[in-house]
Amino acid sequence: MKIVVLVKQVPDSGVERTLRVDDNTVDRGSAGNVINEMDEYAIEEALRLREAHGGEVTLLTMGPEKAAESIRKALSMGPDGAVHVLDDALPGSCAPATSKVLAAALTTLEPDLVLCGSESTDGRVQVIPHMLAERLGIAALTGARKLTVDADAVTIERQTEEGYEVIRAATPAIVSVWDTINEPRYPSFKGIKAAKKKPVRTLSLADLGIAADEVGTAGATSEVVSHSRRPPRSGGAKITDEGDGGVRLVEFLATEKFV
Amino acid sequence: MDFTFDEEQREFRAVLRSFVDREIVPVAREWEQEGRYPTQIVAGLKRLGLFGITVPEEYGGLDLGPVPFALVFEELARGWMGIAGILGSHSLSCRMIAQHGTAEQKQRYLPALATGERRTGIGLTEPDAGTDLQGIRTTARRDGDHYIVTGTKMWITNARHADPLPCLVKTDPHATPAHRGMSVLLVDAGTPGFTVTKDIPKLGYKGTESCEVVLDDARVPVENLLGGAEGRGMQQVLSALEWGRVNIAARSVGIAQRAYDEALAYSRQRMAFNRPISDFQAVQLKLASVATTLQAARLMAYWAADAVARGRADAETGMAKIFCSEVALEAAIEAMKVHGGYGYSTEYEVERLYRDAILMSIGEGTNDVLRTVVAKSLVRGQARVG
Ligand SMILES: Cc1cc2nc3c(=O)[nH]c(=O)nc-3n(C[C@H](O)[C@H](O)[C@H](O)COP(=O)(O)OP(=O)(O)OC[C@H]3O[C@@H](n4cnc5c(N)ncnc54)[C@H](O)[C@@H]3O)c2cc1C
Repeated sequence: MKIVVLVKQVPDSGVERTLRVDDNTVDRGSAGNVINEMDEYAIEEALRLREAHGGEVTLLTMGPEKAAESIRKALSMGPDGAVHVLDDALPGSCAPATSKVLAAALTTLEPDLVLCGSESTDGRVQVIPHMLAERLGIAALTGARKLTVDADAVTIERQTEEGYEVIRAATPAIVSVWDTINEPRYPSFKGIKAAKKKPVRTLSLADLGIAADEVGTAGATSEVVSHSRRPPRSGGAKITDEGDGGVRLVEFLATEKFV
Repeated sequence: MDFTFDEEQREFRAVLRSFVDREIVPVAREWEQEGRYPTQIVAGLKRLGLFGITVPEEYGGLDLGPVPFALVFEELARGWMGIAGILGSHSLSCRMIAQHGTAEQKQRYLPALATGERRTGIGLTEPDAGTDLQGIRTTARRDGDHYIVTGTKMWITNARHADPLPCLVKTDPHATPAHRGMSVLLVDAGTPGFTVTKDIPKLGYKGTESCEVVLDDARVPVENLLGGAEGRGMQQVLSALEWGRVNIAARSVGIAQRAYDEALAYSRQRMAFNRPISDFQAVQLKLASVATTLQAARLMAYWAADAVARGRADAETGMAKIFCSEVALEAAIEAMKVHGGYGYSTEYEVERLYRDAILMSIGEGTNDVLRTVVAKSLVRGQARVG
């Protein structure tokens, strides 16, 4: 089975992250950059599928030169190789443009299964799997907390607020996973050493037959026009118990829909 | 002058740190008090590949240099020094077998030792001989294609899990000098006459067992003589010493780092006289002293590791082991003082650091004996300072 895992480098969510003042895009220069956390679960799931069914796992990243560090780190967990879509025209790409680029790269890779995280901790738009499915004419199964594959179909348990739904689709398909699906492994020392020798292929927009003005800030279908900091937390409600404290507390919780 | 780790070393350290923080730190205090064997942690060490750090790559190991080797022990000891003990004598013996074993011995043992499927330790010390290894009494008498081995080994760490356990023996008890008659035998677990007779109760270094081992007419096949020639045992054992001292120096840095981390964190949250105790100059002096000596110890440990990577480093590794072990103990004591009464409580981490730190000045050559080694090297002009 040929599995491609979408991996994104994002600013470390453990430290303060900001948008750039000049163009309102995510500031990728200031914070340390890491592999999008949810993608590690997708990689782990891919590796488990490879262990059970054989085949190969390829990572696919679209990102700046610096993303190469994250690709190496992700490779140290055990995937066989990676494809890095790298082009000066790409920064500032909106979700539809990103999906166009990733779809073109996926077409060249011909995977049986595409795995990705359910969201990235920087953009949080959660639309990429759907857009890719649309562009590639394959099914999108999103929000998996469990995944199984058999002959030519994939089945997931889709996590919902109340429980889960079982969804099945023919492969090739794209599946996004939640962090409930597994416990990602630590890269082994051998994995770290081996990652240096694994093939990482770089593709440009020209390689994918996409024009520069279809992507990046030039081709963006949406634009963040302004941003401001979240206002500091306000004091919150204080309930002084005058005999009816319990009742008022419950009322508060009920109006705020906590209970 | 470049005091930075290379990219691969930084990646190793990052993985180790998250492993230690997630798998060891949360359980260390409870498990060590229960006297529980850290089976799950050992499984994690296996998955990381750490049992193979000193095994050559051709046998499935990682063949780490002394610097990343030191990193492993520093980080593990920061979590729980006893865990570093599980890998310590294992790694030194793997290295000894890789360096001195016959092709057949390497093929037989190293692949399984690299994965941790087999584990090992090292049997040198005896009831009547520790520092003075030439004074050991265990003898191995040739009987056809076997050696008949008789003697007792003391303090053998990992003895219950070791297979094989390399033991230093006298194949010729009458040789002069004595070391010419000394050899290392790879004693397989289950060898008739080989018994682990007890776990020696100890102040710290828990999690791993340190045992009394009895060899009572144990029959060891001749093909288990390390390197296939008698009389080389002392030299084989001594060749592991420099790495052993780097190992202890690095563990000491790990203990000192943890002591510092605990002291700093506690001093920021403990209030007295309406302010955090970290506001008091007396507490600040302790923090600054520990941070300073800790950082000096770290530089010395990695300087010694780097010296081993470059060649003979008897004096450098001796100095680092002495200095770092003393810094670890001092750091643990200072951290206890910062904790006040709670430092003396088994509900906090620092009392374990204190109990574990003391061993660092005893194991791999007592600090006093190492001072004599360093001094000899200086007086002879083999090592130079300045
Ligand atoms: C927890 C623990 C784990 C251990 N694990 C192992 C293991 O896995 N394998 C193993 O083989 N051993 C192991 N040891 C043994 C350890 O290596 C010895 O304890 C150490 O070498 C000291 O030997 P000794 O205890 O016999 O002390 P001795 O050699 O009797 O020393 C007693 C004192 O005399 C001093 N002294 C001795 N000779 C001299 C000299 N020439 N000049 C100046 N001072 C001297 C020493 O510094 C010390 O202060 C372990 C010990 C401990 C405590």
